[in-house]
Amino acid sequence: MKLTKIAAYAVAAAMVASPVMADLVFPSLSYRTGPYAANGTPVADGFADYFTLLNARDGGIGGVMTNVIECETGYSTEKGVECYEATKGEGALIYEPLSTGITYQLIPRATADDIPILTTGYGRTSAANGDVFSHIFNFPANYWNGASVAINHLLDLNDGDISGKSVALVYHNSAYGKEPITTLEVLAEMHGFDLTLLPVDHPGQEQKSQWLQIRRERPDYVLMWGWGVMNQVAIQEAANIRYPMENFIGIWWSGSENDVIPAGMDADGYKALTFHAVGTDFPVFDDLQTYVVDAGLAAGTGEHVGTVLYNRGMYGAMLAAEAVKVAQEIHGVADITSGMMRDGLENLVISDETMAAIGFQGFAPNFTVTCENHGGPGLGGVAQWNAADQTWSIISDYSQSDMSVIQPLIDADSAAYAAENGIESQCN
Amino acid sequence: MPLQLLYGIEAAINGLMTGVMYSLVALGFVLIFKASGVFNYAQGVMALFAALTLVGLQNGQVPFAHLINTVFGTHLDRFGWHLPALLAILLAIGVMILFAILVERYLLKYLVGQDPIILFMATIGLAYFMEGFGDLMWGSDIKVIDMSMPLLGLPDGLPQGGSLWIEEHTQFLGDERFYGFFIDKLDIVGAGIAAILVISLMVFSRYTKTGTALRAVADDNQAALSVGISLRTIWVIVWAIAGFVALVAGVMWGAKSGVQFSLSLITLKALPVLMLGGFTSIPGAIIGGMIIGMGEKVFEFIVSSSWFGDAMGFTLNATENWFAYVLALLFLVFRPQGLFGEKIIERV
Repeated sequence: MKLTKIAAYAVAAAMVASPVMADLVFPSLSYRTGPYAANGTPVADGFADYFTLLNARDGGIGGVMTNVIECETGYSTEKGVECYEATKGEGALIYEPLSTGITYQLIPRATADDIPILTTGYGRTSAANGDVFSHIFNFPANYWNGASVAINHLLDLNDGDISGKSVALVYHNSAYGKEPITTLEVLAEMHGFDLTLLPVDHPGQEQKSQWLQIRRERPDYVLMWGWGVMNQVAIQEAANIRYPMENFIGIWWSGSENDVIPAGMDADGYKALTFHAVGTDFPVFDDLQTYVVDAGLAAGTGEHVGTVLYNRGMYGAMLAAEAVKVAQEIHGVADITSGMMRDGLENLVISDETMAAIGFQGFAPNFTVTCENHGGPGLGGVAQWNAADQTWSIISDYSQSDMSVIQPLIDADSAAYAAENGIESQCN
Repeated sequence: MPLQLLYGIEAAINGLMTGVMYSLVALGFVLIFKASGVFNYAQGVMALFAALTLVGLQNGQVPFAHLINTVFGTHLDRFGWHLPALLAILLAIGVMILFAILVERYLLKYLVGQDPIILFMATIGLAYFMEGFGDLMWGSDIKVIDMSMPLLGLPDGLPQGGSLWIEEHTQFLGDERFYGFFIDKLDIVGAGIAAILVISLMVFSRYTKTGTALRAVADDNQAALSVGISLRTIWVIVWAIAGFVALVAGVMWGAKSGVQFSLSLITLKALPVLMLGGFTSIPGAIIGGMIIGMGEKVFEFIVSSSWFGDAMGFTLNATENWFAYVLALLFLVFRPQGLFGEKIIERV
């Protein structure tokens, strides 16, 4: 009896004396239901599976297990904010909302709560200015980079001269879809092409008017900023009017397998921008198969592994995990806080060595984040759909967007935000 | 003919065709409202569920596979068959009949005699339940619909793309800048199916015993009960027919974009059609759809054109969603019961 009591006291003392290692918490504001579920599900699966892999293979990050807390938003901004409020108290290190609307709402809240937000390829573009947006990161590329990369691709196709050409932008009539307009207007003036704007209201199930207009005006190129059903309908309508698919280029959110498969062979040749690779031809996927899919730990059935959106979710998780490692190194503790996580993101260096060490070599371009530049290098590539093989192939190098156009826009927009919200310089 | 006039006619024709596609959804609302006075908010989700079921059965997808795998650690996915489209349609109809029986038995039976608003709220609940149930049963992936039916002359499934024949035979109307009228072959098929549906429903309603019973219940359910018509049976029949109409709408819209959860939102397109055509008229649903479709397309064509911009100093885009409702509201000012709806006179 006495021995039992002593043992119990010893265990209790040990528990009090030794530091308690809490999990590293990564909330996932996912949307597996609602009209955008088909896109939200593979992204959420990729995000969750990468952290499952880290737990199963490495015992977490720096010896601390990770914990993904999913909260269903249904792609609703209101629900997204509710999810943020419901999960931030769980020790959330970072949010990746996968919605520009939710991101806009969370920017002031997360900044006040000292929690960073990472929006890879979406969100508020001018948040690339870290001097104003201390807690918001949108590396490695944003919408304005995307607009510039698309126009650069058209310049490449036309020996550097697109003056007199006509370009139509078919866009989701929302904050997200309107993001590239300013950049494209500046680029239109600079390169002398005509820009026609064709908004499509949510959800985009019916686009006959827009495509009849395209048929009438026959623009040389069509760019698309779509999401969800809008993409599938647009590609089908383009095929219906026999618009040449190789002249139809979507942003990276209009370039998943979901968008092209419903149109069948008609979608052959359609192009989309990208900032990361597709497929499973990277060492990390071998580990993922062994430790996660084969072990029955995958968030989904495993059928999405290697698809565009799954890989994007995984890439977002990888960037967050690498930022954790940097934060652990800077602060010398394994069990980091969200404030430390922000420091990790701001000092993140993605190099060939980093990518090789984690089995991602060649998956995406290298970049370095600084206090001033939260947006990364703004590199983007062009992928093309092969309908017969049902595969995307990257047909260009990751090229630099025109920062001489984009940087002044970022500076102007972020300066306006800073003035409106009384934000002083964060980096000096 | 002036080019802009030709383009305007093209917009109007395409609007008519699109309107018929809206009508396919609106028809289901009308059927249920006529027979039971219930505004079935779940009609859009029924279209989604029916189409999901059709594709799931056709592709041999194991229902609830994800749930079963999670609970039991299995790796179920597909049965390994691919059913012919006709057989899959018949099975999907069977599922929608079963659905009608279950709705009557576990929902409507308990709400007999309740206020219409209670029934309406129940259908909102039904919509949410079915959306979640459909997700759990068939998953949220986008599914490609395969309607290849060689026996019916459709070896490659439903036709897609503009009709070349129409384009070639209308080019003479304009100069070299005019490419001929664009009309989507899928919309032509949709219009044909809608016509067959409306005629069949009207013949069924007028010349069959069950149809007469349906009309009796629609006119006065108490009187119908007193002459021995079973209200419960009628409700099952009408929900089953609405389920069939939902399947047709789901297939036609699913052929445009793949079968996905945004299909449930086509309800938004059916509402102005109902407001305009009336909640109790089958032809009204079709005419209403055509007016809404043509109105929104012609309006969009006018206000987005450069000549409108030159004249007014501004142009408008993406007007279709709100303009459909404005048009319906304008009609309501003059005919609150809709174009073909029955005038409701209440003595107080």
